[in-house]
Amino acid sequence: MAETMQFDLVSPEKRLASAQVTEVQIPGAEGDLTAMPDHSPLITTLRPGVVKATGPDGGLEFVVTGGFAEISAAGTSVLAEVAVPVADVTREILDGMVEEANAARDAAEAEAQDVLAKRAADLAAISASLGL
Amino acid sequence: MPNLKDLKNRIASVKSTRKITKAMQMVAAAKLRRAQDAAEAGRPYAERMNAVLGGLAASVGGSDSAPKLLSGTGSDQVQLLVVMTAERGLCGGFNSTIVRLARTKVEELQAAGKTVKILTVGKKGREQLKRDYEDLFVGHVDLSEVKNVGYANAHGIAADVLSRFDAGEFDVATIFYNRFQSVISQIPTAQQIIPAAFEAEGDEGGTLYDYEPSEEDILADLLPRGVATQIFAALLENGASEQGARMSAMDNATRNAGDMIDKLTIQYNRSRQAVITNELIEIISGAEAL
Repeated sequence: MAETMQFDLVSPEKRLASAQVTEVQIPGAEGDLTAMPDHSPLITTLRPGVVKATGPDGGLEFVVTGGFAEISAAGTSVLAEVAVPVADVTREILDGMVEEANAARDAAEAEAQDVLAKRAADLAAISASLGL
Repeated sequence: MPNLKDLKNRIASVKSTRKITKAMQMVAAAKLRRAQDAAEAGRPYAERMNAVLGGLAASVGGSDSAPKLLSGTGSDQVQLLVVMTAERGLCGGFNSTIVRLARTKVEELQAAGKTVKILTVGKKGREQLKRDYEDLFVGHVDLSEVKNVGYANAHGIAADVLSRFDAGEFDVATIFYNRFQSVISQIPTAQQIIPAAFEAEGDEGGTLYDYEPSEEDILADLLPRGVATQIFAALLENGASEQGARMSAMDNATRNAGDMIDKLTIQYNRSRQAVITNELIEIISGAEAL
């Protein structure tokens, strides 16, 4: 059996997942990364995307809109503000998020626009990647 | 002596009051369970967030480039007090204790020559503070339409507070809420949220993390979230405290109503007997007179 590590996904309102996994794919702010047991300690912020954990008991997939991940040798915890299991995600939810992000981008001042535009584009990319 | 009919009505009305307070107590008990679960569920996130922020703050805190949310504006002249109370009354001293704490703080700050601004969350606190400090109010957050407080509500409050901070409206922000201890005890608490104050974390084995992007960027991203998290935690504690306070207040009310019913019943029976005795005396003396 492959080595496993502790994976926690928590949102401010509840603990969404806690399991032993072999690897976790994380949409990091500076590029996607996969954490496996004994990864070097790392803290990264997230961009909107899909967190995918693979374990002996099957996989877990969540759409997250942002937050951060703390990776240490012993485990990975993802702290997401909004996280929705992929199975529950519908086109409407994503469209709603994209619309919100677009509105925020248009309302923002010039200097913040790049960041917010990227956020909106990331959100839009999720629906494409999930094939919805 | 009040007549029998009045007493009877009185007893009936106290009985129905008792029914209502009993029902309110049971509703509060059910809600308390839910509120406690919510507070419990929110804890892991808050703890992690604090641990990470604490670690970051320790490593970046000393430098000049530290964000203002962490290091402060270098002054404490203008103070923002965020007073969080309930939207409803009938919960014992819950609202008053928060208001009293806030009031003491306002007086203390004003005596020290500081400028005080008040942001109220929840209708009851606003009503109580309005009499003395209406001119200090800078805003109000209404949660009366909200059934279950969610992170979105906390996020909204945090966004409001942060935008005021960015606009330079205040230097120090403190939140006031009741920390849930048990059903009979809630502790009114003042907690400074801006500049962020972290309890000194005994550094846990001193794991050295890599940061991606840089520490400063992450800190700038996380601090506003940290504020929202603290506000959310306070809202949850407040929710549990409110239901706890209401539960014990209604328990007391139910017991008092019971005592009152007993007393009134005794009074009712005594006057009933008195009436009967009187009637007997009248009959007997009437018969003797014949």
